[in-house]
Amino acid sequence: MKLIEIYRKIYLIRKAEELIIAHYNEDEMKTPMHMSMGEEAIVVGVLASLQKKDQVFGTYRSHGLYLAKTDDTDSFFAELYGKVTGSARGKAGSMHLAEPEKGMVLTSAVVATTIPVAVGAALANKIQKNKKIVASFFGDGAVDEGVFWESLNFACLKKLPILFICEDNNLAIHSPIHERRGYTSLTQVVSQFNCHVATSATTDVFEIEKITHEMLKKMKKTGKPGFLYLQYYRYLEHVGVSEDFHFGYRSKKEFLKWKKVDPLSVARKYLLANHVTEAEITKTENRVDRILTRSLNKAKKAPYPADAELFTDVYV
Amino acid sequence: MSMSKRIITFEQAINEATFQEMERDKRVFLFGLDVTDHKKIFGTTNGLEKFGKDRFFGTPLSEDAMTGVALGAAITGLRPIHVHIRVDFLLLAMNQLINMAATVSASSAGKLQAPLVIRAIIGRGWGQGFQHSKSLQSLFAHIPGLKVVMPSRPYDAKGLLVSAIRDNNPVIVLEHRWLHWLEGDVPTELYTVPIGKSHVLRKGRDITIVATSWMNVEAAKAAEILSTMHGVEAEIIDPRTIYPLDDEAIVQSVSKTGHCIVADYDFEFCGFSAEVAARVAEKCFNKLKSPVRRIAFPHVPCPTTRPLENAFYPNAITIIREVEKKLGLKEADLRDENFYSWENKFRGPF
Repeated sequence: MKLIEIYRKIYLIRKAEELIIAHYNEDEMKTPMHMSMGEEAIVVGVLASLQKKDQVFGTYRSHGLYLAKTDDTDSFFAELYGKVTGSARGKAGSMHLAEPEKGMVLTSAVVATTIPVAVGAALANKIQKNKKIVASFFGDGAVDEGVFWESLNFACLKKLPILFICEDNNLAIHSPIHERRGYTSLTQVVSQFNCHVATSATTDVFEIEKITHEMLKKMKKTGKPGFLYLQYYRYLEHVGVSEDFHFGYRSKKEFLKWKKVDPLSVARKYLLANHVTEAEITKTENRVDRILTRSLNKAKKAPYPADAELFTDVYV
Repeated sequence: MSMSKRIITFEQAINEATFQEMERDKRVFLFGLDVTDHKKIFGTTNGLEKFGKDRFFGTPLSEDAMTGVALGAAITGLRPIHVHIRVDFLLLAMNQLINMAATVSASSAGKLQAPLVIRAIIGRGWGQGFQHSKSLQSLFAHIPGLKVVMPSRPYDAKGLLVSAIRDNNPVIVLEHRWLHWLEGDVPTELYTVPIGKSHVLRKGRDITIVATSWMNVEAAKAAEILSTMHGVEAEIIDPRTIYPLDDEAIVQSVSKTGHCIVADYDFEFCGFSAEVAARVAEKCFNKLKSPVRRIAFPHVPCPTTRPLENAFYPNAITIIREVEKKLGLKEADLRDENFYSWENKFRGPF
């Protein structure tokens, strides 16, 4: 993927969420927001190494994943506004963003619950021999759940074409890892399974793309699943659009440390250092800004689903 | 199509439906804990090795993840059948079932479909106790997005399983273990019994008995005795599907007889029997000659010891006594009657 295209995606996600922050207080987006801010390099970097036909599964914190995979800002904002033009006609909201036709298969509001479903998709892909890779995104809280280990075990047992991506922000809602784990190293435990493991704390999207690329090569060679353990910092509160350092469960100092290597500015610098001109970058940014504003306004004007839609699609 | 007459068991009917559907549609596959072992889930998975290890395999003891795996395969193009040797084990998968499988279609505006079959063995065994014998149809039927079927005849077992496999929604098929040995006429050809259609198992003018799963066997025995001893003709209705419920046959029958007993193989409180009783009260209020009576499990975990197990489960005698009470009849002498006993099939030790 071209450098400017990768940067465009990071910029798109960041600016989409800034628009959410700017408009959330109007109380028209009546859906709990779990913001991706800080995480952008992971979803964009991993997806840059995957093919369009590949499938992704995510969590309730999937604004970034959805936009990186689908690029569909119209359906994104419409879904947040609960409008009929949304990805799920407004029935799903921020925590259940999906667009199966574009490989953004499923997200869920209960921790770890899409992991086995992603494994099932990988099983189906293997049986159907369609060469699709499944990427299963989840947070560090998800590995506290038994179903993560059940799923990892089955995927390794059956040698399924699946890449697990653990996005570690050190927090399950407000509980840090050291209050939740009776073991020292997750990656050491996971490496006892028959899969490939890689880890990084970089916020450089191009570095993450490279790590993913290497991982996919190994997976292809051995047929074993992959496990990426990638650290990032959650900029905002668990749910909602504000900072929450004043509650004291984490320090602003730590945030400022991570902010110095903010994924967006790191990517921008990388572009400039690699012969993409300031003018080209600005042009792309302006285009994204226009698209986002247009999508947001379209969503605001779109109709809500009719009452009769209460009963549609429950059974097919 | 001409349907040939042939008597086989319920277990063979389940096996045949699976086999023929797997031959017809290569997207269908079957998996679950111990499905490939020498016991083959009461024989219902016999011979499926023919389809290869991709389409017939045992699993780790991971009901939660395996239900997610089934769902993932279902929404991406396959048609899984996930089998549980005890319905009680399915409780480990309630999150995947209720939070995920039941909601994928509605939450995706119908872009995702989950053609997923979950077979689970239910009901009384030989001292199986409170974690190996539940039914739970009321629990599953309570959840929007799931369908629940409970065949009681070999004919329905084959036809409903075929319908479940072809359905694009998650369908839970609950099979009472004792029913597996029941014999009946089952065509060799593939056919479907529609999901959501009741069946009048026995015609009668005097009283309506709505029975689920094994209670149909008990109700049939009760009806036979009521007829010979009291001249009372009971009409038995097997809903076959718990959700979506076809209550038309029930309403028609009760409108004719004026009396209704619901004999449900599940806990009484907040159970399927209450749903049927409420519907009959709403729709047949002016036709009822007596209050609807429910026969179901008491609100206790099922004990293991035989005398208390006997006290827990209602049977044909329970039904006969209720009918007699309802119609003001003298209790018939049942001492010479031959009732179904598990001991006739299996004496133990286990």
